[in-house]
Amino acid sequence: MRLLPGIPMTLQLAFIASAFGVFFALAAALMQLSGNVVLRSIADFYVFCIRGTPLLIQIFLIYYGMGQFDFIRHSFMWPILREPYWCAIFALMFNTGAYGSQIVRGGLLSVPRGQVEAARSCGMSQVLIYRRIILPLAIRQALPAYGNEVILLLKATSLASIITLMEITGLAAKMISETYRVVEVFLVAGSLYLLINFILSRGVAVLEKRLMRHTAAERPSSRVAARGAA
Amino acid sequence: MKFGKLVLAVCMGLAMLGHAQAKEWKHITIATEGAFPPWNATKPDGSLDGYEIDLYKDLCKRMNVECTMVTQAWDGIIPALTAGKFDAIMAGMSATAKREKIISFSESYGTTGQTFAVARGSDLEKMPHFGEVFSLETELPQAEKAIEDIKPLLKGKIIGVQTASIASVFLDKYLKGTAEIREYKSTEQHDLDLLAGRVDVIMASMGYLSTAAAKEGNSDMVVAGPRFQRGILGRGSSVGLRKEDTDLRDMFNKAIAEAKADGTIKKLSDKWFGFDVTPH
Repeated sequence: MRLLPGIPMTLQLAFIASAFGVFFALAAALMQLSGNVVLRSIADFYVFCIRGTPLLIQIFLIYYGMGQFDFIRHSFMWPILREPYWCAIFALMFNTGAYGSQIVRGGLLSVPRGQVEAARSCGMSQVLIYRRIILPLAIRQALPAYGNEVILLLKATSLASIITLMEITGLAAKMISETYRVVEVFLVAGSLYLLINFILSRGVAVLEKRLMRHTAAERPSSRVAARGAA
Repeated sequence: MKFGKLVLAVCMGLAMLGHAQAKEWKHITIATEGAFPPWNATKPDGSLDGYEIDLYKDLCKRMNVECTMVTQAWDGIIPALTAGKFDAIMAGMSATAKREKIISFSESYGTTGQTFAVARGSDLEKMPHFGEVFSLETELPQAEKAIEDIKPLLKGKIIGVQTASIASVFLDKYLKGTAEIREYKSTEQHDLDLLAGRVDVIMASMGYLSTAAAKEGNSDMVVAGPRFQRGILGRGSSVGLRKEDTDLRDMFNKAIAEAKADGTIKKLSDKWFGFDVTPH
Protein backbone atom coordinates (compact mmCIF):
# COMPACT_ATOMS: atom_id res chain seq x y z
CA MET A 1 0.00 0.00 0.00
CA ARG A 2 1.51 3.27 -1.08
CA LEU A 3 0.07 5.31 1.80
CA LEU A 4 2.05 3.46 4.46
CA PRO A 5 5.30 5.42 3.94
CA GLY A 6 3.33 8.47 5.08
CA ILE A 7 2.75 7.09 8.56
CA PRO A 8 6.22 7.84 9.98
CA MET A 9 5.98 11.43 8.73
CA THR A 10 2.54 11.89 10.29
CA LEU A 11 3.73 10.41 13.59
CA GLN A 12 6.90 12.48 13.60
CA LEU A 13 5.00 15.70 13.02
CA ALA A 14 2.49 14.91 15.73
CA PHE A 15 4.96 13.70 18.34
CA ILE A 16 7.68 16.29 17.87
CA ALA A 17 5.08 19.06 17.85
CA SER A 18 3.32 17.76 20.94
CA ALA A 19 6.58 17.13 22.78
CA PHE A 20 7.68 20.75 22.29
CA GLY A 21 4.13 22.04 22.48
CA VAL A 22 3.68 20.77 26.00
CA PHE A 23 6.40 23.17 27.19
CA PHE A 24 4.69 26.04 25.43
CA ALA A 25 1.45 25.01 27.07
CA LEU A 26 2.99 24.81 30.52
CA ALA A 27 4.86 28.09 30.10
CA ALA A 28 1.79 29.92 28.83
CA ALA A 29 -0.38 28.50 31.62
CA LEU A 30 2.12 29.46 34.31
CA MET A 31 2.45 32.94 32.81
CA GLN A 32 -1.31 33.36 32.80
CA LEU A 33 -1.49 32.36 36.47
CA SER A 34 1.67 34.19 37.53
CA GLY A 35 -0.09 37.36 38.61
CA ASN A 36 2.48 39.40 36.70
CA VAL A 37 0.57 41.70 34.34
CA VAL A 38 3.21 41.72 31.60
CA LEU A 39 3.68 37.94 31.58
CA ARG A 40 -0.04 37.36 31.69
CA SER A 41 -0.71 39.77 28.83
CA ILE A 42 1.93 38.11 26.65
CA ALA A 43 0.45 34.68 27.28
CA ASP A 44 -3.12 35.94 26.79
CA PHE A 45 -2.16 37.55 23.50
CA TYR A 46 -0.43 34.39 22.27
CA VAL A 47 -3.43 32.22 23.11
CA PHE A 48 -5.81 34.79 21.63
CA CYS A 49 -3.99 34.96 18.30
CA ILE A 50 -3.39 31.25 17.85
CA ARG A 51 -6.82 30.11 18.97
CA GLY A 52 -8.53 32.79 16.94
CA THR A 53 -6.98 31.94 13.56
CA PRO A 54 -7.16 28.77 11.46
CA LEU A 55 -4.15 26.47 11.55
CA LEU A 56 -4.16 26.42 7.75
CA ILE A 57 -3.50 30.16 7.67
CA GLN A 58 -0.83 29.87 10.35
CA ILE A 59 0.97 27.27 8.26
CA PHE A 60 0.76 29.46 5.17
CA LEU A 61 2.02 32.48 7.08
CA ILE A 62 4.95 30.64 8.58
CA TYR A 63 5.90 28.88 5.36
CA TYR A 64 5.22 31.36 2.58
CA GLY A 65 5.02 34.49 4.71
CA MET A 66 8.43 34.25 6.32
CA GLY A 67 10.11 33.22 3.07
CA GLN A 68 9.19 36.59 1.57
CA PHE A 69 11.43 38.61 3.85
CA ASP A 70 15.06 39.02 2.94
CA PHE A 71 16.18 39.51 6.51
CA ILE A 72 14.67 36.16 7.47
CA ARG A 73 16.18 34.49 4.43
CA HIS A 74 19.58 35.77 5.47
CA SER A 75 19.19 35.06 9.17
CA PHE A 76 20.58 32.10 11.09
CA MET A 77 17.02 30.72 11.27
CA TRP A 78 16.76 30.20 7.52
CA PRO A 79 18.34 26.74 7.35
CA ILE A 80 15.48 25.62 9.60
CA LEU A 81 12.69 27.76 8.16
CA ARG A 82 13.75 26.78 4.65
CA GLU A 83 12.51 23.27 5.32
CA PRO A 84 8.77 22.66 5.02
CA TYR A 85 9.17 20.00 7.71
CA TRP A 86 10.23 22.45 10.41
CA CYS A 87 7.73 25.06 9.33
CA ALA A 88 4.96 22.52 9.82
CA ILE A 89 6.35 21.53 13.21
CA PHE A 90 6.54 25.16 14.32
CA ALA A 91 2.96 25.83 13.27
CA LEU A 92 1.63 22.68 14.94
CA MET A 93 3.70 23.35 18.05
CA PHE A 94 2.45 26.94 18.49
CA ASN A 95 -1.05 25.70 17.89
CA THR A 96 -1.09 22.85 20.34
CA GLY A 97 0.77 25.03 22.84
CA ALA A 98 -2.05 27.56 22.85
CA TYR A 99 -4.83 25.04 23.21
CA GLY A 100 -2.85 22.95 25.66
CA SER A 101 -2.17 25.97 27.87
CA GLN A 102 -5.87 26.28 28.60
CA ILE A 103 -6.07 22.62 29.53
CA VAL A 104 -3.01 22.90 31.77
CA ARG A 105 -4.38 26.08 33.31
CA GLY A 106 -7.62 24.32 34.13
CA GLY A 107 -5.62 21.51 35.70
CA LEU A 108 -3.55 23.91 37.77
CA LEU A 109 -6.63 25.76 38.96
CA SER A 110 -8.29 22.53 40.01
CA VAL A 111 -5.64 21.81 42.62
CA PRO A 112 -7.33 22.36 45.99
CA ARG A 113 -5.99 25.40 47.76
CA GLY A 114 -5.92 23.56 51.04
CA GLN A 115 -3.36 21.06 49.75
CA VAL A 116 -1.05 23.86 48.66
CA GLU A 117 -1.43 25.57 52.02
CA ALA A 118 -0.78 22.33 53.85
CA ALA A 119 2.41 21.84 51.84
CA ARG A 120 3.48 25.37 52.55
CA SER A 121 2.87 24.97 56.26
CA CYS A 122 5.09 21.89 56.18
CA GLY A 123 7.84 24.23 55.04
CA MET A 124 8.08 23.18 51.40
CA SER A 125 9.60 25.67 48.96
CA GLN A 126 7.51 26.93 46.04
CA VAL A 127 9.46 24.75 43.60
CA LEU A 128 8.95 21.70 45.76
CA ILE A 129 5.25 22.44 46.11
CA TYR A 130 4.97 22.58 42.33
CA ARG A 131 6.90 19.38 41.89
CA ARG A 132 5.25 17.33 44.59
CA ILE A 133 1.76 18.73 44.97
CA ILE A 134 0.54 21.01 42.19
CA LEU A 135 1.93 19.41 39.02
CA PRO A 136 1.06 15.78 39.86
CA LEU A 137 -2.50 16.77 40.73
CA ALA A 138 -2.83 19.11 37.78
CA ILE A 139 -1.47 16.56 35.32
CA ARG A 140 -3.89 13.95 36.56
CA GLN A 141 -6.74 16.38 36.15
CA ALA A 142 -5.65 17.59 32.72
CA LEU A 143 -4.72 14.25 31.20
CA PRO A 144 -8.05 13.27 29.61
CA ALA A 145 -8.42 16.65 27.93
CA TYR A 146 -4.77 16.65 26.93
CA GLY A 147 -5.13 13.24 25.33
CA ASN A 148 -7.91 14.74 23.30
CA GLU A 149 -5.65 17.57 22.24
CA VAL A 150 -2.96 15.16 21.03
CA ILE A 151 -5.56 13.36 18.93
CA LEU A 152 -6.66 16.67 17.44
CA LEU A 153 -3.03 17.49 16.72
CA LEU A 154 -2.47 14.21 14.99
CA LYS A 155 -5.36 14.92 12.69
CA ALA A 156 -4.15 18.47 12.16
CA THR A 157 -0.90 17.13 10.70
CA SER A 158 -2.89 16.41 7.56
CA LEU A 159 -2.66 20.14 6.80
CA ALA A 160 1.11 19.82 6.42
CA SER A 161 0.43 18.30 3.02
CA ILE A 162 -0.22 21.78 1.63
CA ILE A 163 3.40 22.74 2.14
CA THR A 164 4.67 19.76 0.12
CA LEU A 165 5.11 17.30 3.01
CA MET A 166 4.28 13.78 1.97
CA GLU A 167 2.52 12.50 5.06
CA ILE A 168 -0.59 10.32 4.84
CA THR A 169 -2.85 12.98 3.38
CA GLY A 170 -0.15 14.30 1.05
CA LEU A 171 0.46 10.84 -0.36
CA ALA A 172 -3.27 10.27 -0.63
CA ALA A 173 -3.71 13.48 -2.59
CA LYS A 174 -0.84 12.50 -4.88
CA MET A 175 -2.35 9.06 -5.45
CA ILE A 176 -5.74 10.55 -6.20
CA SER A 177 -4.23 12.95 -8.69
CA GLU A 178 -2.70 9.99 -10.48
CA THR A 179 -5.55 7.49 -10.25
CA TYR A 180 -8.58 9.78 -9.77
CA ARG A 181 -9.94 7.29 -7.25
CA VAL A 182 -11.08 9.68 -4.58
CA VAL A 183 -13.28 7.48 -2.43
CA GLU A 184 -11.03 4.45 -2.18
CA VAL A 185 -7.85 6.37 -1.38
CA PHE A 186 -9.42 8.69 1.16
CA LEU A 187 -11.19 5.78 2.84
CA VAL A 188 -7.85 4.07 3.34
CA ALA A 189 -6.21 7.29 4.50
CA GLY A 190 -9.06 7.87 6.93
CA SER A 191 -8.74 4.34 8.28
CA LEU A 192 -5.04 4.87 8.90
CA TYR A 193 -5.79 7.94 11.03
CA LEU A 194 -8.50 5.99 12.78
CA LEU A 195 -6.09 3.19 13.58
CA ILE A 196 -3.38 5.52 14.88
CA ASN A 197 -5.86 7.44 17.00
CA PHE A 198 -7.34 4.23 18.34
CA ILE A 199 -3.92 3.14 19.60
CA LEU A 200 -3.27 6.62 20.90
CA SER A 201 -6.53 6.87 22.81
CA ARG A 202 -6.01 3.40 24.29
CA GLY A 203 -2.58 4.56 25.45
CA VAL A 204 -4.03 7.64 27.10
CA ALA A 205 -6.71 5.51 28.75
CA VAL A 206 -4.11 3.15 30.19
CA LEU A 207 -2.08 6.08 31.49
CA GLU A 208 -5.20 7.59 32.99
CA LYS A 209 -6.02 4.36 34.76
CA ARG A 210 -2.54 4.19 36.24
CA LEU A 211 -2.70 7.76 37.50
CA MET A 212 -6.18 7.23 38.92
CA ARG A 213 -5.30 3.98 40.66
CA HIS A 214 -6.26 5.38 44.04
CA THR A 215 -9.81 6.15 42.95
CA ALA A 216 -10.15 2.88 41.09
CA ALA A 217 -9.32 1.05 44.26
CA GLU A 218 -11.54 3.26 46.33
CA ARG A 219 -14.62 3.08 44.22
CA PRO A 220 -15.78 -0.48 44.88
CA SER A 221 -15.14 -0.22 48.60
CA SER A 222 -16.94 3.10 48.89
CA ARG A 223 -19.85 1.62 47.01
CA VAL A 224 -19.95 -1.25 49.48
CA ALA A 225 -19.76 1.21 52.35
CA ALA A 226 -22.58 3.26 50.90
CA ARG A 227 -24.69 0.18 50.43
CA GLY A 228 -23.95 -0.91 53.97
CA ALA A 229 -25.08 2.42 55.31
CA ALA A 230 -28.32 2.22 53.39
CA MET B 1 -48.60 2.69 -21.63
CA LYS B 2 -48.16 6.37 -22.33
CA PHE B 3 -47.96 7.10 -18.63
CA GLY B 4 -45.32 4.42 -18.25
CA LYS B 5 -43.22 6.07 -20.92
CA LEU B 6 -43.58 9.41 -19.20
CA VAL B 7 -42.41 7.97 -15.89
CA LEU B 8 -39.48 6.38 -17.64
CA ALA B 9 -38.60 9.65 -19.29
CA VAL B 10 -38.77 11.53 -15.98
CA CYS B 11 -36.61 8.91 -14.27
CA MET B 12 -34.02 9.10 -17.01
CA GLY B 13 -34.14 12.86 -16.84
CA LEU B 14 -33.53 12.79 -13.10
CA ALA B 15 -30.71 10.33 -13.47
CA MET B 16 -28.99 12.62 -15.90
CA LEU B 17 -29.60 15.85 -14.00
CA GLY B 18 -26.41 17.77 -13.59
CA HIS B 19 -24.71 15.04 -15.51
CA ALA B 20 -25.47 15.31 -19.14
CA GLN B 21 -28.34 16.82 -20.97
CA ALA B 22 -27.54 14.12 -23.45
CA LYS B 23 -29.58 15.04 -26.49
CA GLU B 24 -29.11 18.73 -27.05
CA TRP B 25 -26.56 21.05 -25.52
CA LYS B 26 -28.09 24.44 -24.86
CA HIS B 27 -26.01 25.36 -21.90
CA ILE B 28 -22.65 24.04 -20.75
CA THR B 29 -20.56 24.73 -17.69
CA ILE B 30 -16.82 24.85 -18.21
CA ALA B 31 -14.35 24.60 -15.34
CA THR B 32 -10.97 26.26 -15.17
CA GLU B 33 -8.37 26.65 -12.45
CA GLY B 34 -7.88 30.39 -12.48
CA ALA B 35 -4.27 30.09 -11.36
CA PHE B 36 -2.33 29.14 -14.47
CA PRO B 37 -1.57 32.22 -16.49
CA PRO B 38 -1.58 32.92 -19.35
CA TRP B 39 -3.98 30.01 -19.93
CA ASN B 40 -6.31 31.11 -17.17
CA ALA B 41 -5.85 33.50 -14.30
CA THR B 42 -7.82 35.30 -11.65
CA LYS B 43 -7.58 39.07 -11.72
CA PRO B 44 -7.22 41.01 -8.46
CA ASP B 45 -10.94 41.83 -8.61
CA GLY B 46 -11.77 38.11 -8.70
CA SER B 47 -12.83 37.87 -12.34
CA LEU B 48 -11.23 35.40 -14.73
CA ASP B 49 -8.92 36.32 -17.54
CA GLY B 50 -6.61 34.54 -19.95
CA TYR B 51 -6.23 32.68 -23.21
CA GLU B 52 -8.84 30.07 -22.36
CA ILE B 53 -11.30 32.68 -21.15
CA ASP B 54 -11.14 34.45 -24.51
CA LEU B 55 -11.13 31.16 -26.36
CA TYR B 56 -14.12 29.56 -24.66
CA LYS B 57 -16.25 32.58 -25.50
CA ASP B 58 -15.25 32.22 -29.14
CA LEU B 59 -15.82 28.45 -29.20
CA CYS B 60 -19.22 28.72 -27.51
CA LYS B 61 -20.30 31.28 -30.07
CA ARG B 62 -19.28 28.86 -32.83
CA MET B 63 -21.13 25.98 -31.14
CA ASN B 64 -24.10 28.23 -30.57
CA VAL B 65 -24.45 27.33 -26.88
CA GLU B 66 -24.57 29.39 -23.76
CA CYS B 67 -21.54 28.83 -21.54
CA THR B 68 -20.74 29.53 -17.93
CA MET B 69 -17.22 29.32 -16.60
CA VAL B 70 -16.54 28.20 -13.03
CA THR B 71 -13.30 27.72 -11.10
CA GLN B 72 -12.23 24.45 -9.57
CA ALA B 73 -9.02 23.51 -7.73
CA TRP B 74 -6.65 21.66 -10.03
CA ASP B 75 -6.18 18.51 -7.99
CA GLY B 76 -9.90 17.72 -7.91
CA ILE B 77 -10.81 18.88 -11.37
CA ILE B 78 -11.05 15.48 -13.10
CA PRO B 79 -13.09 13.74 -10.36
CA ALA B 80 -15.41 16.75 -10.32
CA LEU B 81 -15.94 16.45 -14.08
CA THR B 82 -16.77 12.75 -13.85
CA ALA B 83 -19.03 13.47 -10.88
CA GLY B 84 -20.98 15.86 -13.11
CA LYS B 85 -20.20 19.15 -11.36
CA PHE B 86 -19.54 20.68 -14.78
CA ASP B 87 -19.40 19.55 -18.39
CA ALA B 88 -15.97 20.50 -19.66
CA ILE B 89 -12.50 21.41 -18.46
CA MET B 90 -10.44 24.15 -20.04
CA ALA B 91 -7.57 24.58 -17.64
CA GLY B 92 -4.40 24.30 -19.66
CA MET B 93 -4.83 20.56 -19.30
CA SER B 94 -2.76 18.43 -21.64
CA ALA B 95 -4.29 15.32 -23.11
CA THR B 96 -2.18 12.46 -21.74
CA ALA B 97 -2.69 8.74 -22.08
CA LYS B 98 -3.17 8.43 -18.32
CA ARG B 99 -5.88 11.05 -18.18
CA GLU B 100 -7.53 9.57 -21.25
CA LYS B 101 -8.23 6.43 -19.24
CA ILE B 102 -10.70 8.45 -17.21
CA ILE B 103 -11.96 11.22 -19.45
CA SER B 104 -11.85 12.08 -23.12
CA PHE B 105 -10.29 15.07 -24.81
CA SER B 106 -11.09 17.29 -27.74
CA GLU B 107 -8.48 18.20 -30.34
CA SER B 108 -5.73 20.34 -28.85
CA TYR B 109 -6.21 24.11 -28.84
CA GLY B 110 -2.68 25.01 -27.80
CA THR B 111 0.71 23.58 -26.89
CA THR B 112 3.78 25.33 -25.52
CA GLY B 113 6.03 22.53 -24.26
CA GLN B 114 7.57 22.07 -20.83
CA THR B 115 10.73 23.71 -19.62
CA PHE B 116 12.58 24.84 -16.50
CA ALA B 117 13.02 28.05 -14.56
CA VAL B 118 15.73 28.88 -12.03
CA ALA B 119 16.72 31.78 -9.82
CA ARG B 120 18.75 34.50 -11.49
CA GLY B 121 22.44 34.11 -10.78
CA SER B 122 22.20 30.42 -9.99
CA ASP B 123 24.71 28.11 -11.69
CA LEU B 124 21.73 26.39 -13.30
CA GLU B 125 21.01 29.47 -15.39
CA LYS B 126 23.49 28.14 -17.93
CA MET B 127 21.81 24.78 -18.39
CA PRO B 128 22.61 23.51 -21.89
CA HIS B 129 20.14 23.42 -24.81
CA PHE B 130 18.42 26.64 -23.82
CA GLY B 131 15.90 27.64 -26.46
CA GLU B 132 15.88 24.23 -28.15
CA VAL B 133 12.67 22.22 -28.44
CA PHE B 134 12.69 18.41 -28.27
CA SER B 135 9.76 16.20 -29.10
CA LEU B 136 9.54 13.12 -26.91
CA GLU B 137 7.69 11.42 -29.72
CA THR B 138 9.56 12.03 -32.94
CA GLU B 139 12.97 12.99 -31.58
CA LEU B 140 13.18 10.74 -28.53
CA PRO B 141 16.94 9.92 -28.81
CA GLN B 142 17.87 13.60 -29.09
CA ALA B 143 15.53 14.45 -26.23
CA GLU B 144 17.04 11.75 -24.04
CA LYS B 145 20.52 12.97 -24.84
CA ALA B 146 19.49 16.49 -23.82
CA ILE B 147 18.19 15.09 -20.53
CA GLU B 148 21.53 13.32 -19.97
CA ASP B 149 23.28 16.63 -20.65
CA ILE B 150 21.39 18.48 -17.92
CA LYS B 151 21.50 15.66 -15.37
CA PRO B 152 24.95 16.44 -13.90
CA LEU B 153 23.85 20.01 -13.19
CA LEU B 154 20.64 18.89 -11.50
CA LYS B 155 22.30 16.28 -9.31
CA GLY B 156 21.22 16.69 -5.67
CA LYS B 157 19.14 19.78 -6.44
CA ILE B 158 15.50 20.25 -5.46
CA ILE B 159 12.98 20.54 -8.29
CA GLY B 160 9.56 22.01 -7.61
CA VAL B 161 6.61 20.91 -9.71
CA GLN B 162 2.84 20.93 -9.55
CA THR B 163 1.26 17.68 -8.35
CA ALA B 164 -0.39 15.66 -11.09
CA SER B 165 0.94 17.92 -13.82
CA ILE B 166 2.57 16.49 -16.94
CA ALA B 167 5.86 18.03 -15.83
CA SER B 168 5.68 15.83 -12.73
CA VAL B 169 5.23 12.77 -14.95
CA PHE B 170 8.29 13.83 -16.92
CA LEU B 171 10.34 14.35 -13.74
CA ASP B 172 9.25 11.02 -12.28
CA LYS B 173 10.31 9.27 -15.43
CA TYR B 174 13.58 11.02 -16.21
CA LEU B 175 14.95 12.82 -13.18
CA LYS B 176 13.79 10.84 -10.16
CA GLY B 177 16.87 9.78 -8.22
CA THR B 178 18.96 12.55 -9.79
CA ALA B 179 17.21 15.39 -8.02
CA GLU B 180 14.75 15.65 -5.15
CA ILE B 181 11.28 16.31 -6.52
CA ARG B 182 8.95 18.38 -4.38
CA GLU B 183 5.30 18.58 -5.34
CA TYR B 184 3.12 21.65 -4.95
CA LYS B 185 -0.61 22.18 -5.11
CA SER B 186 -0.32 25.14 -7.45
CA THR B 187 2.35 26.57 -9.71
CA GLU B 188 2.29 29.90 -7.88
CA GLN B 189 3.46 28.13 -4.74
CA HIS B 190 6.57 26.70 -6.38
CA ASP B 191 7.34 30.11 -7.85
CA LEU B 192 7.35 31.56 -4.34
CA ASP B 193 9.62 28.80 -3.12
CA LEU B 194 11.99 29.23 -6.06
CA LEU B 195 12.35 32.90 -5.17
CA ALA B 196 12.66 32.08 -1.47
CA GLY B 197 15.45 29.64 -2.30
CA ARG B 198 13.66 26.54 -1.05
CA VAL B 199 13.82 24.86 -4.44
CA ASP B 200 16.56 25.24 -7.06
CA VAL B 201 14.59 24.57 -10.22
CA ILE B 202 10.95 24.47 -11.18
CA MET B 203 9.44 22.75 -14.15
CA ALA B 204 6.23 23.82 -15.88
CA SER B 205 4.99 24.75 -19.31
CA MET B 206 6.92 27.32 -21.32
CA GLY B 207 3.77 29.38 -21.61
CA TYR B 208 3.31 29.52 -17.89
CA LEU B 209 6.97 30.11 -17.00
CA SER B 210 7.59 32.87 -19.51
CA THR B 211 4.56 34.74 -18.18
CA ALA B 212 5.46 34.10 -14.55
CA ALA B 213 9.02 35.32 -15.07
CA ALA B 214 7.69 38.53 -16.59
CA LYS B 215 5.43 39.19 -13.62
CA GLU B 216 6.21 42.02 -11.25
CA GLY B 217 8.22 40.78 -8.29
CA ASN B 218 9.45 37.75 -10.19
CA SER B 219 12.40 39.48 -11.82
CA ASP B 220 14.76 36.96 -10.20
CA MET B 221 13.14 34.09 -12.06
CA VAL B 222 14.60 33.06 -15.42
CA VAL B 223 13.59 30.41 -17.92
CA ALA B 224 16.44 27.97 -18.53
CA GLY B 225 17.32 24.71 -20.20
CA PRO B 226 15.73 22.74 -23.03
CA ARG B 227 12.06 22.59 -23.84
CA PHE B 228 10.24 19.27 -24.24
CA GLN B 229 6.90 18.44 -25.82
CA ARG B 230 4.64 15.63 -27.01
CA GLY B 231 5.13 11.97 -26.09
CA ILE B 232 4.47 11.49 -22.38
CA LEU B 233 3.90 15.23 -22.21
CA GLY B 234 0.70 14.81 -24.14
CA ARG B 235 -0.49 16.31 -27.37
CA GLY B 236 -1.24 19.72 -25.93
CA SER B 237 -3.94 21.51 -24.00
CA SER B 238 -7.37 20.18 -24.87
CA VAL B 239 -10.90 20.40 -23.61
CA GLY B 240 -11.47 17.63 -21.06
CA LEU B 241 -14.85 15.93 -21.31
CA ARG B 242 -16.72 12.96 -19.89
CA LYS B 243 -16.28 9.89 -22.05
CA GLU B 244 -19.98 9.47 -22.69
CA ASP B 245 -20.39 13.00 -24.03
CA THR B 246 -19.10 12.19 -27.50
CA ASP B 247 -21.56 14.61 -29.09
CA LEU B 248 -20.11 17.45 -27.06
CA ARG B 249 -16.60 16.41 -28.06
CA ASP B 250 -17.57 16.53 -31.73
CA MET B 251 -18.99 20.01 -31.20
CA PHE B 252 -15.77 21.20 -29.57
CA ASN B 253 -13.61 19.57 -32.24
CA LYS B 254 -15.52 21.31 -34.99
CA ALA B 255 -15.34 24.68 -33.23
CA ILE B 256 -11.60 24.28 -32.53
CA ALA B 257 -10.91 23.31 -36.14
CA GLU B 258 -12.76 26.43 -37.30
CA ALA B 259 -10.92 28.64 -34.83
CA LYS B 260 -7.62 27.17 -36.00
CA ALA B 261 -8.49 27.64 -39.65
CA ASP B 262 -9.55 31.28 -39.47
CA GLY B 263 -6.57 32.30 -37.33
CA THR B 264 -8.47 33.01 -34.11
CA ILE B 265 -6.22 30.66 -32.13
CA LYS B 266 -3.09 32.28 -33.52
CA LYS B 267 -4.44 35.74 -32.78
CA LEU B 268 -5.35 34.82 -29.19
CA SER B 269 -2.07 33.02 -28.57
CA ASP B 270 -0.11 36.04 -29.78
CA LYS B 271 -2.14 38.16 -27.40
CA TRP B 272 -1.59 35.94 -24.36
CA PHE B 273 1.66 34.06 -24.93
CA GLY B 274 3.62 36.29 -27.24
CA PHE B 275 4.20 33.30 -29.50
CA ASP B 276 2.05 30.99 -31.59
CA VAL B 277 0.73 28.00 -29.66
CA THR B 278 -1.47 26.66 -32.46
CA PRO B 279 -0.95 22.88 -32.47
CA HIS B 280 0.13 21.40 -35.79
